[in-house]
Amino acid sequence: MTVFCLVELESGAVADASLRALTLARGLGPVAAVAFAPPADLPVAELAAYGVSDVYAVAADGYAPRAWAWAIANLVPGWPDAFPEGPAGRRPAVLAAGTDRGNEVLAHLGAIIGLPMAANCVAAAPAPGGGLELVRQRWAGLLLEDAVLDAPVALLTAATDAVAAVPADAPGPVMVHAVKSELSPADLMMRAEEAPAAAGGASLATARVVVGGGRGVGSADGFAPLEELASLLGGVVGVSRVVTSEGWRPHTQQVGQTGTKITPDLYLACGISGAIQHIAGCAGAKHIVAINTDASAPMMARADYAVIGDLHQVLPALIEALRAR
Amino acid sequence: MEILVCVKRVPTVGGAITLTADGQAVDTRMSGFTISPHEECAVEEAVRLVERHGGSVTVVTLGPVAAEEQLRFCLSLGASTAVLVETDGSELSPFVTAAALASVASAGGHDLVLLGNEASDTGDYQVGIRMSYFLSQPVVTGIKALDFAAETSMLTARREYRGVSETFRLPLPAVVTVKEGINLPRYPSLPGRLRAKRAVIERIPVLSTIDRPELLTSPEFRVKGLRVPAAGKRSAVVLGSGVAAVPELVRVLGELGVLP
Ligand SMILES: Cc1cc2nc3c(=O)[nH]c(=O)nc-3n(C[C@H](O)[C@H](O)[C@H](O)COP(=O)(O)OP(=O)(O)OC[C@H]3O[C@@H](n4cnc5c(N)ncnc54)[C@H](O)[C@@H]3O)c2cc1C
Ligand SMILES: Nc1ncnc2c1ncn2[C@@H]1O[C@H](COP(=O)(O)O)[C@@H](O)[C@H]1O
Repeated sequence: MTVFCLVELESGAVADASLRALTLARGLGPVAAVAFAPPADLPVAELAAYGVSDVYAVAADGYAPRAWAWAIANLVPGWPDAFPEGPAGRRPAVLAAGTDRGNEVLAHLGAIIGLPMAANCVAAAPAPGGGLELVRQRWAGLLLEDAVLDAPVALLTAATDAVAAVPADAPGPVMVHAVKSELSPADLMMRAEEAPAAAGGASLATARVVVGGGRGVGSADGFAPLEELASLLGGVVGVSRVVTSEGWRPHTQQVGQTGTKITPDLYLACGISGAIQHIAGCAGAKHIVAINTDASAPMMARADYAVIGDLHQVLPALIEALRAR
Repeated sequence: MEILVCVKRVPTVGGAITLTADGQAVDTRMSGFTISPHEECAVEEAVRLVERHGGSVTVVTLGPVAAEEQLRFCLSLGASTAVLVETDGSELSPFVTAAALASVASAGGHDLVLLGNEASDTGDYQVGIRMSYFLSQPVVTGIKALDFAAETSMLTARREYRGVSETFRLPLPAVVTVKEGINLPRYPSLPGRLRAKRAVIERIPVLSTIDRPELLTSPEFRVKGLRVPAAGKRSAVVLGSGVAAVPELVRVLGELGVLP
């Protein structure tokens, strides 16, 4: 039975998070991608490479979550009259990436068709007794939940950081279907007016180097050396929640469960203890170097390298050494 | 403006998460409980809207009697009344949670329901959206800036996605889920804390909020258990102490390929 996968596009290509969702979807059955774009704008070759056999190109004028969910609901076989009876694991499914949009649209879909929605799955496979065995993230990925989803249509999103994006072994041809969506004014009440966001230097989420500062920095002024080091290394400053709660730095710089997830080559964590909610945001860093006065801080169990000491002494000396090179 | 804010009691976890022996829940013997930062911001946003436009803030939670602790915390931040939808403490599905909370909202005739974007424990990302369908009201999620124009009775809600700013305009009544960063929550005041301590909290049994008791258990989604993911436990290579470690640090940064 078909697995419908909402695909988000970014600069003309399939967004990375959607490639991961397509990879998870492929394990459940033949994949039909659903994209809210004109057929001419679809990266068909890339979709084919990820094993997509059909693409539904839905006419859409911008992002409208409820309208998008209705458009997907209308593609689900049998809905709203009767879902097809299917043997275990052969029922239709709808997947999306576990992005803000993916989770939002699938939650709308769950409410519309009256079925459960499992957010941020890292694995899904047919269960022996019927339905799907799922592994789902909790606590922003710090815990995993094993669950069984046994619904006429499985609705799930794929965690953006845990499923690898892997192209299909044997890609086939792709059929493109243009879909007109009929939208009611109520659906369009929730439509985003889009504008470029205020420019704010290199983005935290994509920076190659992040210089992190926590309570140990001590004050708003204490961030001057971190800023200087970040600009020397071509990176940006990221902070812990204590720093934003104190008002030393804006929340846009917060790394963690309720902040931004970062994936730099280097995360230099200065005066940050390494609470799990902070780790939820920086676990994707390739390398972590910690500077902390406390050799037993939890960050030490996450870092590759550590300097035990006062960041107010180590950072100026490091900046001086880098300038002298 | 009458505002309802939904908050959830969750364990306070710090350096690591430990599970109960049966792997069904987070071990809370050594920890306290709290609400999510998103929800703390939802309470703060509600209190600010009422300070500006008049009205009152009600906080509601669905959970065990012990969740009165979280309701009293919200009262100390400026909410005026609190409702506990009482359960035996077992985890209920987002569907039932939304149904129960929506029944409280429609009974109260609220203009605005505020929630967190996602609960910090289960992270289901859906209770607010499901509530909006029970209430037949518009919903926007993940909001980082909220304005209300009294003249037109319209809400303007903003958030960012992939470097694009998204603005939604919607009439009241509406459901809005917010994210941390929308404001900087205040600390409880002393008079606020005293008032919260004395406040009478309304209790409603969960079964009186949903029409079919069998909904309490969902045969369609069953949690088997929880586990801590196998983390690549490592222990840092200590490069040295204080300023003396700087030459080693520079060498390592060079090795990692991040030096200009
Ligand atoms: C649901 C929930 C979500 C959360 N989300 C986030 C989130 O997104 N991001 C986040 O960061 N937190 C989050 N938190 C908060 C988190 O639990 C911690 O409280 C926070 O991360 C601690 O910040 P910190 O490491 O800066 O402070 P602390 O834990 O106080 O650590 C300070 C560290 O600095 C060291 N230090 C002190 N002085 C110096 C010095 N002079 N030189 C070097 N080192 C020094 C200390 O040894 C200590 O290790 C969340 C909490 C909850 C409950
Ligand atoms: N048991 C509950 N009681 C009150 N509010 C809740 C409860 N569960 C979830 N919520 C609200 O719904 C939001 C989203 O939760 P969820 O969809 O479970 O991730 C939370 O941030 C809370 O504001």
